[in-house]
Amino acid sequence: MLLTDSSESSIKSFLKNLSPVDQVGADSRAAMLATRSIKTSSKLWAIETAIAMIDLTTLEGADTPGKVAALCTKAVRPDPSDSSVPHVGAVCVYNDMVKIAREHLDNNGGKEIPVAAVSTAFPSGRASLDVKKRDTEDAIASGATEIDMVIDRGAFLSGNLEKVFTEIVCIKEICGERAHLKVILETGELVTYDNVRKASFLAMAAGADFIKTSTGKVTPAATAPVVLVMLEAVRDYFAMTGKRIGVKPAGGIRTTKDAIKQLVLVNETAGPDWLDPKLFRIGASALLNDLLMQRMKMKSGQYSGRNYVTLD
Amino acid sequence: MKFEYAPAPESTAIVNIQSEYNLFIDGKFVPSKGGKRFETINPANEKVLSRVTQATASDVDKAVKAASEAYRKTWSKLTGAQRGKYLFRIARILQERAREFAVLESMDNGKPIRETRDTDIPLAAAHFFYHAGWADKLDYAGLGKNPKPHGVVGQIIPWNFPMLMLAWKVAPALATGNTVVLKPAETTPLTALLFAEVCQQADLPKGVVNILTGDGATGAAIVNHPGINKIAFTGSTEVGKIIAKSVASSKKALTLELGGKGANIIFEDAPIDETVEGIINGIYFNQGHVCCAGSRLLVQENIKEELLEKLKRRMSMIRVGDPLDKNTDLGAINSQAQLMKIRELSESGDAEGAERWSPQCELPEKGFWFPPTFFTGVSQAHRIAREEIFGPVLSVISFRTPSEAIEKANNTPFGLSAGIWTDKGSRILWSAQQLKAGVIWANTFNKFDPASPFGGYKESGWGREGGRHGLSAYLKGDFS
Repeated sequence: MLLTDSSESSIKSFLKNLSPVDQVGADSRAAMLATRSIKTSSKLWAIETAIAMIDLTTLEGADTPGKVAALCTKAVRPDPSDSSVPHVGAVCVYNDMVKIAREHLDNNGGKEIPVAAVSTAFPSGRASLDVKKRDTEDAIASGATEIDMVIDRGAFLSGNLEKVFTEIVCIKEICGERAHLKVILETGELVTYDNVRKASFLAMAAGADFIKTSTGKVTPAATAPVVLVMLEAVRDYFAMTGKRIGVKPAGGIRTTKDAIKQLVLVNETAGPDWLDPKLFRIGASALLNDLLMQRMKMKSGQYSGRNYVTLD
Repeated sequence: MKFEYAPAPESTAIVNIQSEYNLFIDGKFVPSKGGKRFETINPANEKVLSRVTQATASDVDKAVKAASEAYRKTWSKLTGAQRGKYLFRIARILQERAREFAVLESMDNGKPIRETRDTDIPLAAAHFFYHAGWADKLDYAGLGKNPKPHGVVGQIIPWNFPMLMLAWKVAPALATGNTVVLKPAETTPLTALLFAEVCQQADLPKGVVNILTGDGATGAAIVNHPGINKIAFTGSTEVGKIIAKSVASSKKALTLELGGKGANIIFEDAPIDETVEGIINGIYFNQGHVCCAGSRLLVQENIKEELLEKLKRRMSMIRVGDPLDKNTDLGAINSQAQLMKIRELSESGDAEGAERWSPQCELPEKGFWFPPTFFTGVSQAHRIAREEIFGPVLSVISFRTPSEAIEKANNTPFGLSAGIWTDKGSRILWSAQQLKAGVIWANTFNKFDPASPFGGYKESGWGREGGRHGLSAYLKGDFS
């Protein structure tokens, strides 16, 4: 209903009609929201909500079955000393680790935790569409129910929007009902907020279930203004179509403070409806331990230390 | 799920408010000769904060004599660098005591702590730093060779930004070598009295800054005192006119920073989300108690509905309540009198056929409160389009073409501020050339910097404050 067809001219005219983003204004709005003071009961609520929104991630060349298994154990029960801590939103790994992660989760009480696979020649996206399709097919066959694909930033920046659009459509087709599609914009390479807004709409119109900031391999990643612009995009897309698309900031969110700022952005931009792991995820690894430490502090009144949270 | 923000009140333990205050004359707090005391209250809960002194004509005389003697004997004998030293010292003390000032300002004025903490007090310190730098460079300010101070200046400041307006007045006056008799507003005297302590702490020579609390009668005594060489006033156009008349028959120099009815012009290609933020900032910042507020929203008719939908959504997220809560966006109206004025003008809007809208918001029972409000269906002839409301009330007017926008924007007796929202650079420049306003913001609103001159056209006042232009108001030379 947003696009008459997927031709280059139709996509371009659709994106051209989007309202521009003023960088200074977006930066200052994000900075203002970062001053919100979240204390006591609301802080505890935010910490637990953030834990349930984490896509607990390991995306290293050095990943091994042992490392992934340990991550899955942590995903199911983030704080071994406290079973009231919720499990995380998902586990996010490379394709070849999907099966290991799935099995380990299933065997350890984490059946309801989805496995997300980074796909389509992650992180650069520099491969043929055919390879990207097979990459995705492979991930789903291995048990991934969430696909984090990357867009072709080169195509986007050179104005070849049809290519970006078509690739998303193709991957979405493969996902079908089997997997949720998260589309990674790699905003650090798109640079301008106008580009972020355009790429967000392009991805949503092409069928993304989630739009995601970054691969985590490029800086800057999930900066507050970029997340703000993406949250505005999903809010506006909902007003146009009645369809809620999720947002996933990833990369650079390491502390409880960072995570709470993200939740404030969600609350005061897209609105409370998005404060749900179905519509907001945080791609992170180190963040979880900081959330756990802060939670322990709130419960006990004392800071523990790094050795009181598990390493994985 | 709902994300409730738990109360996050700033502690008031840092401020030490005395039960009574005397006048600050010749470096000391001294009792008045016959002046009564009056209460200053916290407008958010109507509790009495302290009792301050109503300075009499004889107190004014004493303060002017102290300022005059300080000018002759000490301040005019110092080099610019030596004056600068004191200004730098004051600036640093303001930064060190920023939290104390921010809390006190919020309590006495009713404005949110977020604003006093992030805007009022940092900017006040910045004005002292900026002018400290000028003190020894006045020969190079482009104001002629060796420009001279006026001597004793009388300064009368308003209640909307008490400490910031004090800084706008005192910093350039001292940097240029004048001495000061300053009267803070009747409803917000406390930060000026705390500033008097800062002057003592900075070892500022006695009599260089004198602070007299009081009402309009005290102000009139300052304006009419023959020992004063220059008057600087910020406040209503009504009082500004009276001062202009009083000063007309004397040799006193005069600068006036008066009211406004700023137009915030939204063109169809504006960056819409940032524009909505700019509208909010333009009219709901500081409860709309801002002389340069963007109180008239001129929106291109073809985007009006979309813009108002977004504005409504955003306004429903404004957090109204306890000014000391760090998450409060809109605080208390400064006084009962101001609340009555806002109500009266808003009711005139209803009566004249405009349509009022406010989000659902619970207002505290005690204190003076008014919800964020806008009116649609406003025409140029309505009182709410012409008169300064000085509250969180926006009048929405539509236009069809750029020229119509400019005509409507300029169709006011005021000329203080304007905002232009468009993605086209050429349209920003074209509009700015046509608008008769002292300050024009493009794709932003209510941004202040000590280096940028501020002031009005027409009934919004004479002279500029801030920047190199602001210095000239406190100097005599070839340029004047």
